[in-house]
Amino acid sequence: MKKLPVILSLLLLSSGAAFAQKKPAAKAPAKKPTAGVSPALLAAGKAVYTQNCLSCHQADGGGVDGMNPPLTKTDYVLGDKPRLIGVLLNGLKGLEINGEEYRSVMPAQTHLTEQQMADVLTYVRNSFGNKASAVTVGEVKAARAAKK
Amino acid sequence: MKNHLTRPLLLAAAVASSFGLYSLTSRPTVAPDADNAGLKLPAGFGALVVAETGARARHIAVTPQGTIYVKLNRAKDGKGILELKPTAGGKATVAGGFGSYGGTGIYAKGGYLYASSDEDVYRYKLDAKGEVTNPAQPEKIVSGLLNRGEHESKSIVLDNAGNLYVNVGAYSNSCQEKDREKGSMGRPGCPILDSAGGIWQFRADKLGQTYGTGTRFATGLRNVVGLDWNAQNNQLFVMQHGRDQLHDIFPAMYDTKQSAELPAECLYALTKGANAGWPYLYYDPVKKQKILAPEYGGDGKKLADAKYLDPAAAYPAHTAPDGLLFYTGTMFPAKYRNGAFIAFHGSWNRAPEPQKGYYVVFQPFQNGKPSGPWEVFADNFAGSAEKVASGRADHKPCGLAQGPDGSLYVSDDKAGTIYRIVYNQK
Repeated sequence: MKKLPVILSLLLLSSGAAFAQKKPAAKAPAKKPTAGVSPALLAAGKAVYTQNCLSCHQADGGGVDGMNPPLTKTDYVLGDKPRLIGVLLNGLKGLEINGEEYRSVMPAQTHLTEQQMADVLTYVRNSFGNKASAVTVGEVKAARAAKK
Repeated sequence: MKNHLTRPLLLAAAVASSFGLYSLTSRPTVAPDADNAGLKLPAGFGALVVAETGARARHIAVTPQGTIYVKLNRAKDGKGILELKPTAGGKATVAGGFGSYGGTGIYAKGGYLYASSDEDVYRYKLDAKGEVTNPAQPEKIVSGLLNRGEHESKSIVLDNAGNLYVNVGAYSNSCQEKDREKGSMGRPGCPILDSAGGIWQFRADKLGQTYGTGTRFATGLRNVVGLDWNAQNNQLFVMQHGRDQLHDIFPAMYDTKQSAELPAECLYALTKGANAGWPYLYYDPVKKQKILAPEYGGDGKKLADAKYLDPAAAYPAHTAPDGLLFYTGTMFPAKYRNGAFIAFHGSWNRAPEPQKGYYVVFQPFQNGKPSGPWEVFADNFAGSAEKVASGRADHKPCGLAQGPDGSLYVSDDKAGTIYRIVYNQK
């Protein structure tokens, strides 16, 4: 069941861009959002985002004025990875981003697995116009160990 | 060029006279903008942009002489309150500002202008021209109101007996052990209610009151932003912002569609000691029942204890009612008199379903009670249907005030536009 959308989107991609059947990594199509992050990984991250993040941060990642911070054009998302992972591990409150205050509470997302945390952070860092390196399970593990 | 301009004018005049309603004597002194400020209104109404403040405009007050005071969410250039003076044609210009604090509440009554930060309430003396005389030295009426960041705004209103009512919102969504965390259950005997989640009453003319000396007027209200005194039956009415995230927190009980439609945003008629039941319940607008909150053992069906106050009226979920005004003017047709206007700031917590709101609603009243269905009165603050659905609205209505001539003023918490809605048919 879970694999179906991934396979479907791969099919769509290949039919649309007339890819070779070998390896898509070598010649990435221009509209692919980022290099080095596979569509499957992004799809997995998107599923986690939709279930756990979307209602506050919104489908476009733009957040909500004065309440829920945007995930676009912010150093919190694009910068230091341990700090970003820490937001999922610890939650966050009382934040000012680009001169705007955000009042809502971000609850810790510790019900997510380390794999889900890595997936969703990779998705967020490579969606809504963002482009940054993937977050690995190893990095999530390391951040969690450092917290203890 | 000239022909192009005069032709539509002639046409419009011909159309107007053909309805037989147009006469020179009934021409309004306040002219609506050609596009009605971008708003969609019932027939006979028009709107104009009074001024652009360029700041997040929260509540708004108009003195009997027509001076407009706008409370800003955050001080701009050191000014948290803007003073707008009327100019020709019903518009106004920003004449200045004062009060270095941000906030929400502002209200004019009995020769004073009252304004709130997120912790304190001040008052300023108004002179015979309806202008503030002591902008730099307000009297501090109340200090030390609880502000823990969430639901921080302190909306204010006065009754006709010298009392001031202040909302202190609950610093929580649903009093969970861990706020907004998936599956986290409610704190037993929700201790937040000891110090927040209700309406406090103070004396409007007594200086130096503190949080602790206020009277707890009502409890079990999660967060109230819009409130007004109904002079017809001498009663305080408030609009509660209902709880968020039923699906996020309890996905096994609520799907995203149910979560978008639950719970209703509710209007409550309060008497002293009223308890509206937050966080133990929410109101289901389809079942028309008070449902036990899942944080406190509910399953989406179990009813809450009947002892809690029933809402006086219910509106679509998550649409964020930020302004409430009982209309007492005579400019609008008779059906509007003593009814309620409600400014819905617009939703965010309906995602992934389309967002909703960004309009001003009219709720008919009779003998001080809601009577008949509500209707959308002023729409299209967002700018388009797409901007409503995405939540990326151009303007978000927040505060409401009645002008001395019976015009309805609306403030905008997004771009800072100040609107004025007038009725032109006679």
